[in-house]
Amino acid sequence: MAQFDVRETMRLGLLAGVVAVTVSMVGMVESFNQRDVITRYLTLGQLLLFTAPVVAGFLTVKRAGDRSWRALPNGALAGLFAALPIFALLLLTLAVPTIRQQLVNVSPTLIRILTFDNGQLVGGLLMMAAMGGLGLLGAVVYVVPDRISDPISLAVGWTLLVGLLSEVLLNVLRPLLSREVVRFLFGTRGIQWQTAVIIFLILAIAVFLWRNGGRTYYQRIPRQVLHWLALALAILIVWIPRDFSWLPPSINPLWIKIGLTLIPLILEALLFFSTRSATQPALVKSITDNQLGRARLASRYLIVLLILPAILGVYLTEVVDNIGLFILMGLGLNIVVGFAGLLDLGYVAFFAIGAYVTGILTSTGPLGVAGLSFWVALPIAVAASTVSGLILGIPVLRMRGDYLAIVTLGFGEIIRVLAVSDLLKPYIGGAQGVLQIPKPVLFGFTILQPQHFYYIILAGVFLALFIAGRLRDARLGRQWMAMREDEDVAEAMGIHLVNTKLLAFGIGAAFSGLAGSIFAARLGSIFPHSFALLISINVLSLIIVGGMGSLPGVVVGALVLVGLPELLREFAEYRLLLYGALLIAMMVRRPEGLWPSPVRRRELHAEDDLAMQEPA
Amino acid sequence: MPLLEAKSVVKRFGGLVAINKLDFSIDEGAIVSIIGPNGAGKTTFFNCISGFYQIDEGEINFAGHSTKGRSPDQIAHLGISRTYQNIRLFSAMTAIENIMVGMEPRLRSSWVGAVLRLPGTVHEEEEALQEARQLLKFVGLGGKGDILARNLPYGDQRRLEIARALASKPRLLLLDEPTAGMNPRETAETTQFIKMLRDELGITILLIEHDMRVVMGISEDITVLDYGQKIAQGPPAKIQNDPRVIEAYLGRGAAASATIQVAL
Amino acid sequence: MLKQIRDGDWISLVLWLFRAVVILLVLYGTVAKLFFGVGNAYSGRDWANFFISGLSQGSLYALIALGYTLVYGVLFMINFAHGEFFMSGTLTATVFVALPLSASGFLDRTPIIGMMLILITAMSVSMGVALLTERVAYRPLRRAPRLVPLITAIGASFFWQYYFRGLFGSSLIPFPELQVLQGRYTILGVEILKTRAVVIVASLIMLVGLYFFVMRTKTGKAIRAVAEDKDVAALMGIDVDRTIAITFATGAAMAGAAGVLYGLVFRQVVFSMGFVPGIKAFTAAVLGGIGSIPGAALGGLFLGIFEAIGPPLFLEGLGIPGGHQLKDVIAFTMLVLVLIFRPQGIIGERLAEKKA
Repeated sequence: MAQFDVRETMRLGLLAGVVAVTVSMVGMVESFNQRDVITRYLTLGQLLLFTAPVVAGFLTVKRAGDRSWRALPNGALAGLFAALPIFALLLLTLAVPTIRQQLVNVSPTLIRILTFDNGQLVGGLLMMAAMGGLGLLGAVVYVVPDRISDPISLAVGWTLLVGLLSEVLLNVLRPLLSREVVRFLFGTRGIQWQTAVIIFLILAIAVFLWRNGGRTYYQRIPRQVLHWLALALAILIVWIPRDFSWLPPSINPLWIKIGLTLIPLILEALLFFSTRSATQPALVKSITDNQLGRARLASRYLIVLLILPAILGVYLTEVVDNIGLFILMGLGLNIVVGFAGLLDLGYVAFFAIGAYVTGILTSTGPLGVAGLSFWVALPIAVAASTVSGLILGIPVLRMRGDYLAIVTLGFGEIIRVLAVSDLLKPYIGGAQGVLQIPKPVLFGFTILQPQHFYYIILAGVFLALFIAGRLRDARLGRQWMAMREDEDVAEAMGIHLVNTKLLAFGIGAAFSGLAGSIFAARLGSIFPHSFALLISINVLSLIIVGGMGSLPGVVVGALVLVGLPELLREFAEYRLLLYGALLIAMMVRRPEGLWPSPVRRRELHAEDDLAMQEPA
Repeated sequence: MPLLEAKSVVKRFGGLVAINKLDFSIDEGAIVSIIGPNGAGKTTFFNCISGFYQIDEGEINFAGHSTKGRSPDQIAHLGISRTYQNIRLFSAMTAIENIMVGMEPRLRSSWVGAVLRLPGTVHEEEEALQEARQLLKFVGLGGKGDILARNLPYGDQRRLEIARALASKPRLLLLDEPTAGMNPRETAETTQFIKMLRDELGITILLIEHDMRVVMGISEDITVLDYGQKIAQGPPAKIQNDPRVIEAYLGRGAAASATIQVAL
Repeated sequence: MLKQIRDGDWISLVLWLFRAVVILLVLYGTVAKLFFGVGNAYSGRDWANFFISGLSQGSLYALIALGYTLVYGVLFMINFAHGEFFMSGTLTATVFVALPLSASGFLDRTPIIGMMLILITAMSVSMGVALLTERVAYRPLRRAPRLVPLITAIGASFFWQYYFRGLFGSSLIPFPELQVLQGRYTILGVEILKTRAVVIVASLIMLVGLYFFVMRTKTGKAIRAVAEDKDVAALMGIDVDRTIAITFATGAAMAGAAGVLYGLVFRQVVFSMGFVPGIKAFTAAVLGGIGSIPGAALGGLFLGIFEAIGPPLFLEGLGIPGGHQLKDVIAFTMLVLVLIFRPQGIIGERLAEKKA
């Protein structure tokens, strides 16, 4: 039997309590309390608050490594300790009723949340009891065999996530389901308890079955069947009846649906015949098969991506557009920071330059100089960003990594201050910015709605992904990475550092300029405050959270760090607080990111001693 | 004409003279060692040859070119390649990638070609990959191409570093303590391997080494440095009996003297 | 020859041109201002005022710069969150000590004790924040590549900014005005705001005090030993982790004190007040040669004065409108120029050489 160290229990419990009090005092609990996860029963604020004692209880027994029931009281104890700081805060509000003058977020509402509306003393005791119970729960999770606790905790987690994102689901599902069903599933905010129970049960049972033999059954299903199922699902999604009002009137949505359905089917057919034809030489055949096969796999994701704006509706498409712009910037910064190892903190400057160049070249307002069309201005804006990337790159070529970070930060700030200043006001409008930027026109059709911009951004992201991916796997990618690993040795290996660095700065800036240009056209007006340092930090955070140097990581990072706060507007105010904490946590705990770049495995067909392969 | 020739090279760090009027030359196809106590300026001399340091006086000529004012990457393009005393691989890259970086001076394709997958680029990359695999096999690391350099065992890292240096097809290879940290068997293997590089590939080899068995076993010529100055030079037999060399080592503590006595 | 210009040396050329252009612009502006009277006309007293306000601003920079220099000395790391140490202490002390004391009249009755209380609170909170940051965000990463702690430092910076915004709100908080410090002193015929004089004197005292702390005390000796070589210091029986923590705390205490002085001068504090002074103090530390204590002091003073005199002098001389808006641009440009051309600083040489 493991020994329990009461001091350790106390330490963990109090730590959890301090976290809970902190999130309460900065106002997160109160503002998150406005969002129900499960209607009427659980708010996000409560979830935030009550996670702390559960974790404390779990960790306490885990540290001691005792899986017997005797461990349980210890978890409860940790939960009680976690409640102490909150109790102290409540007492403080009793002793100093005017505390709100100092701590602006210790509001009556917060106190009501913390005391379950029961007054500080009674409520405080209730809170202690609740947290003790939750600590016990945390301990139970550890004590119960994994076979049972794993499915339950996974199911709870996913249920809560679904509740959190209920708004998205509601948006997507509302036109599909009858009003009664929607009302049964969703509350005014969050999901109804019935839904929670249903999701929980389904998930828990599914995970349990999966863990207990389901996986082996799954693996026995032929690959072909799975592929066809996935394809059928994708086509089903395409045919979900949706709002196509944003399409140009000359295009019938039905054609779109038919077209999107045909793409994967044609690929299937091609593949079917190409494997049959014996006339081709073996080598050519294998190449075309390979490419066709990849296209076949990609097509089912592609058709869903293409129909996405029609499924999501205006508001969610707008969110996706934002995510897309950040992905674009992230891919650019990923080349500079992730591939080449140059920590650029002034990256927003190139976004700004792309936006301003587009704005000034296309604006029909007093600041517009050329009245060009967006499609002409776009390449000019990208070129301008690239050139400024090279120009700002030159001074920092010989600089050490940390100085480079500070100098680029300085550049970013200089550009921002200049943009606001009177000095450049006659040209770029100072704080009033550039207005009346016309919407792009494509074949006589005005690109106006978020759904339209979605396609421009999607094309931009694909282009950037394509270029970044090919560069990474080629000579330039190796040069960048060698430089990142050891600049001196890279130079001694014959790598021209100047060119290599400038290419990173230039290409990175080009992606950002592209994003800026689209940004300007989408908003129709640009202001200097859109280009604050925070944007650079935002982009940096998302590539670090996703995984430095990893392309899918950029997408994941943007989805999490840009998408979530956009969907949960309560986050907006605490965005940077959380980013800061995330940056530290990722660097300390998981420096490779959420989706690290895979060790790029070379196909080893020429290698005869494959057996010696071992995972790196 | 010697392949590499240094004439009265001086390198100072502030007031410290790290290399003082050093004359040195190495003929094509030779194996030459530089020995000397710690801090004698051996690695500094390597750094001067490979362009990390700009020399303050004198000149270094390689195959008819002065290296003065040339950056390390230009010197690599001239055909000099090196390894490091404390292994400096690109640790987060795979073994194959390390070698392919070593091929840099021979690669021509541009990034535009890479984006568009132009036939020339694809061809070059495929050839480079094939060659890197062969090289890997050549140094005895066949099949370990996809392992990250930092996950290789120590001995393999040493070999990979040599493979990376060989990838540029250098005319002159600078090896900085290639057998440091190896056991006697590995040391003997490495010694054989170095000899083979010269005999089969015709690469001129200049090495810094502390292990006297290696030095005496394969060098045709030995230069002894002390306090940045050349105190002796000649074939192994002559160096072993040179009183100044023995003094330089014996005057510096027991460990070094033990080494040389074993060798003697 | 041609090859050399093609490879690499064109950068030197570009950089040289860049530097020449900046120097010419400054010279041209100065000459235009002084000899041809472009822009507003300033009297000798105006210039003295610019100088004094620059001096007091510069002494604040100097105090903050010490933290950068000390930490850089021992860890070779840019503590990006240092500006937040400056902010956190001041904000807390203002809200919890200065404002209540002022409201109760205590501050005006016993200004010295009152200021002491404010200072002690600010310095302790700053130290606490610094120690916590060091423990959580820096210590686990001692052996990581150089950029990693810089990234966590950026994270810590934003975390603390928005943490304190959550605690105290996002609006400007007034710092109480002391009756004793209203008005001006006249020294050598020049009128100086009392607050500025106090700031200059207090900063000088602290700078000297810190210098002796590092040079004469046992703890100071430990700090210098760790700065020299961590491994050897550990062998000599010095607790390296503890010494590093002390270094952080010392720098943070100076920053906390600087924050209170900042409050006295500007009479407003807010959660975002740490960022710009932080960057400028870093500039000052680099100017003076990062790692050197006298260097940080001189760099701070120099930057403060340059920033105060620059806009009226050469920016107006160049005919640039709204010169005061560009004050930050001057500082940032200086930072960029120094890091490009003299990363070892104007004064220091020793520490910068050591760990390039």
